[in-house]
Amino acid sequence: MTAEAVSVPAQPVRRKFTLPNWAYPTIAVILLVVIWDVSIRIFDVKAFILPTPQQVGYALWRDWNQLGPGMLYTIYEILAGFAIAVVVGISLAIAIVSSHIMEKTVYPILVGSQVIPKVAIAPLFVMWFGFGITPKILVAFLIAFFPMVISTAIGLRSVEIPKLYLARSMGASTLQVFFKIRLPHALPSIFAGLKLAITAAVIGAIVGEFIGADQGIGRVLLIANGNLKTDTLFAGIVLLSITGVVLFLIVEVLERVAVRWHVSQRVKYDTAH
Amino acid sequence: MAVSIERVSKTYGTRTGEIFAVDDVSLTIKDGEFVALLGPSGCGKSTLMLMMAGLVARSVGRIAIGSTTVTRPYTDLGIVFQEANLLDWRTVLKNLMLQIEIRGLPPAQYEARARELLKMVGLDGYEQKYPFELSGGMQQRVSICRALVHEPPLLLMDEPFGALDALTRDQLNMDLQDLWMDKPKTVIFVTHSISEAVFLSDRIIVMTPRPGKIAADIKVDLPRPRTMAMRETPEFGAYTKQIRAMFEDWGVLRTERTPAQKLGAVA
Repeated sequence: MTAEAVSVPAQPVRRKFTLPNWAYPTIAVILLVVIWDVSIRIFDVKAFILPTPQQVGYALWRDWNQLGPGMLYTIYEILAGFAIAVVVGISLAIAIVSSHIMEKTVYPILVGSQVIPKVAIAPLFVMWFGFGITPKILVAFLIAFFPMVISTAIGLRSVEIPKLYLARSMGASTLQVFFKIRLPHALPSIFAGLKLAITAAVIGAIVGEFIGADQGIGRVLLIANGNLKTDTLFAGIVLLSITGVVLFLIVEVLERVAVRWHVSQRVKYDTAH
Repeated sequence: MAVSIERVSKTYGTRTGEIFAVDDVSLTIKDGEFVALLGPSGCGKSTLMLMMAGLVARSVGRIAIGSTTVTRPYTDLGIVFQEANLLDWRTVLKNLMLQIEIRGLPPAQYEARARELLKMVGLDGYEQKYPFELSGGMQQRVSICRALVHEPPLLLMDEPFGALDALTRDQLNMDLQDLWMDKPKTVIFVTHSISEAVFLSDRIIVMTPRPGKIAADIKVDLPRPRTMAMRETPEFGAYTKQIRAMFEDWGVLRTERTPAQKLGAVA
């Protein structure tokens, strides 16, 4: 190389225009609401077919004494179903991973059972357990539990063999191997399962309420539907969506705290130039 | 720690039939000896090492470390594999301390040893980093420190530098020699690189292609500490030439290849 001074023309640094992450969906939702409002005015859509955003907002305030308690009751069903799904799901995954007999017996049955539509079983639960909270929790649990088992089992099983060799050469007991290696290794997978399970539990609780309920947001929706109160129906759906998103975000925050070290959480390191 | 292997054979049962991996190997390794198990890929040298550690059952024969017959995972040792196998959720220091935690040793005393080891391989200042923040060579250094932190009398290494680039590999060869000379211990080093084996070892056990048998037991009489420059000396060359000739005889290395290819490690 000669020591010739090569002058490289300074490239204009193009700053990419970026917004905070939450801004993107927020702007999109605002845009959708505006389009919604404007098209109703242009095409003169009747309120019982599609109410305006303002009418939905008003209904949310007007019917809050039904919607609020209804939602709270449903959240309780969702969380109960989700909690049982997490406990049973993780326990079953541990059993599947640690015993060949369990794996060969339970796994095919589990997969086979997923073919049965939960909506078809829900009426049975009403016959067995009545119109109370039990059948709703059961349906929420049934839907949420499958992704929980599968994700956890995959996570627990994907530990590299040399890591297990290392643990055994250190004299680790089965419990030590589980808590120091298998479980932390499985955490990213478990959180993937938790995210699927919490959204599934929301669906499960509503399905349960649609079959027959004396309380909950699903019942409020059904009654509003029967009375052609479309604005209340929309208000309920909005409330339900917000609940679903918030529950999902809570799981995601927990994930960010628990598995900061995982590839899926590292994006900020790679792009922070 | 002395290791004795008496008439050990290993047959694997697989879906497509039985694989005869190790054929009637007998070997005595003296306390404090640095021994390389050298052979072409798939010759059963890794299997032999895992059998010594009690992690893989042998089909026939007896293996003893010191006065203990190995019948289950032997714990008074350190192991390094080709991949660093660090735990992603633990910092560098905590990865070393896993060894101490599981063995129930006093943490305060061994943490000092852990920091000292990291310093010896040039990783001081990296104690609180996570594995993903380290290069492959750094990760492998941490993995070596983890195998040494509890000061075992025996170190088993299974192609530890096989996945690294040539320069990093040279550096780690030097580092390993330093660590070994600092605290001498028995090392069994599995490799398929002829020059790496000559550079590091007191003694090279050359194994044949599968089923692995001992083809030669070569004492490497080069002064220590060895330097990278010594690899160009005729004495060093005599050892590599002798071993390469065996590989060529078995057809593991084809002679009609270009000289440039022959200079590299045997793949």
